[in-house]
Amino acid sequence: MISAFIGILFDGLAYAMILYIISVGLSVTMGMMGFANLAHGAFAMAGGYVMVTLMQQLGLPFLATLPLVFVIVAAISVAFERLLYARLYRAGELDQVLFTIGLIFMAIAATTFVWGPLPQAVRLPPYLMGQVDLGFRTFPTYRTFLIVIGAVLILALWLGLERTRLGAQVRAAVDNRRMAESVGINVGRLFTTTFALGSGLAGLGGALGADILAPTPSYALEHLVYFLIVVAVGGMGSIRGPFVAALLLGVMDTAGKYYVPDFGAFFIYVAMMGLLLWRPHGLFGRA
Amino acid sequence: MALHPIDHFAAGHRLRPIELLPWALAVGYFFLPNANLPLGTEILIWALFALSLDLVLGYTGIVSLGHAAFFGIGAYAAGLAARWLGWTEPISALLFAGLVAGAAGIVSGMIVLRTHGLTLLMLTMAVAVMLKEIANKLGWLTGGADGLQGIVIDPVLGLYRFDMFGRTSYVYALVVLFLAWIVARRIVHSPFGRGLVGIRENATRMSAIGSPVMRRMVTVYAISAALAGVAGALLAQSTRYVTLNVLSLEYSGDVLIMLVLGGMGRLYGAFAGATVFLVLRDELSKISPAYWGFGIGLLLVATVLFARGGLLGLVDIALARIRGKRS
Repeated sequence: MISAFIGILFDGLAYAMILYIISVGLSVTMGMMGFANLAHGAFAMAGGYVMVTLMQQLGLPFLATLPLVFVIVAAISVAFERLLYARLYRAGELDQVLFTIGLIFMAIAATTFVWGPLPQAVRLPPYLMGQVDLGFRTFPTYRTFLIVIGAVLILALWLGLERTRLGAQVRAAVDNRRMAESVGINVGRLFTTTFALGSGLAGLGGALGADILAPTPSYALEHLVYFLIVVAVGGMGSIRGPFVAALLLGVMDTAGKYYVPDFGAFFIYVAMMGLLLWRPHGLFGRA
Repeated sequence: MALHPIDHFAAGHRLRPIELLPWALAVGYFFLPNANLPLGTEILIWALFALSLDLVLGYTGIVSLGHAAFFGIGAYAAGLAARWLGWTEPISALLFAGLVAGAAGIVSGMIVLRTHGLTLLMLTMAVAVMLKEIANKLGWLTGGADGLQGIVIDPVLGLYRFDMFGRTSYVYALVVLFLAWIVARRIVHSPFGRGLVGIRENATRMSAIGSPVMRRMVTVYAISAALAGVAGALLAQSTRYVTLNVLSLEYSGDVLIMLVLGGMGRLYGAFAGATVFLVLRDELSKISPAYWGFGIGLLLVATVLFARGGLLGLVDIALARIRGKRS
């Protein structure tokens, strides 16, 4: 009983790390530019595919692919941001939603064309398989690895945001874009940088979590609702909010699948509706 | 001399000959020797669905990612009534489905329309997804993932049986769409309809001049839900089959894309969009589903970047150019 409960918390935490790493970039994008980028999940999908391709075609080890995934996905996202997204910053929310849905459809078709319609099998290195003994009980190594690396990333992210110049600029631009511009911050360039970092993180999350959320062409559409829940419930523009939301979602989803496999998703939507009606701007969002 | 504002308002209501063109085309198509009437019926049903969305999105500016909720409620209302209650008379069942969907529109409208932006998107989407979960779990009632089968529908007016060529379905759907179009046209040209446009343009100002914004939004949401429900019921009756898809995010997205592709806030965009979308899907899917996906994605991106008014917006621009050259 207790053991199952701990297991659920543990799996939920690992899942939450993936959800958070993927979604945090979306939260900042929406908070800073008010841009509803529904295609954010496509960058996470790209991360998964890039990793699989690097491992299979070039024979790179799993860990070595991760920094490459980050850089490659971030570079791709800059091209998209400059060529396409930048045209729509002043457009209405509906235009942004439609535009990014269009991008999702194109991403699905392109991925199917290159890699085929089936999910990609991820071959984890042997040291990530099996169980690890933490003294009082054993845990799956892969999920332990996810939690550790997720914690390190989150710590780096928070420190970077609180302690670096770039972080201060990002916080200023999210708080009040015009004011930030008038004190001399080039918000346009800052946004490109942030967009690249956020997309790179999403790609990294997609690669890290490939064994939980397998790379498949419809990835961006299948998991879209969960990424959006993390941002909407957490509060757009917030860094901490999405983490709390991801934790809630990860644990609830895992517990739901374990205890009430028939109604798990249903309860999540009920909880989300309740939370959003109670706090329309999310847990940590501001009006 | 400039028109008096009231006359200008009335002029918008007057029927222009061009407005009869879609109906002439739809009637003409029926008599073509090689007409694909099942596809035609599908187009008419989706045009009605898109028309219902136009009232909410195009005229009032409410962005919904879950309009399939009402389409699905209508489809299941008509399907379940025929399957379990023996309510096989089609026209009254259609009205019943519209009423049920409209009531659902009032309830969910009062809840979700209090929010804006991303939150509104999420809530509209959540309503549809929850309904789909419920329909899936009530397998003994709805057939779950296998779909609701064994629906029997009486002949329309006791005279016209639903035949395998889809003749009855086509005419039936066309008449229903025509009636719905008259209703929608009356609404958008009424003072209530102008109030909706005001809400779309600036809701704060509308409430400042004393317009009951929330009540109007809920009202139009319910009317739109009822029309969407009728469209869903038409689908259930013409195919005698209801699947979980009618409540899916995919359907919500498809209808949104059709409307935007055709041009929103102009009633006829729904007709043009549904036709182009479904004909293109039919043709491209024959080659490969991936082509269709890429094609519609590209079309959507191009529409947003270069043709905000949709297809009919492009027609307007072209006509204005031609007129400009003449004068």
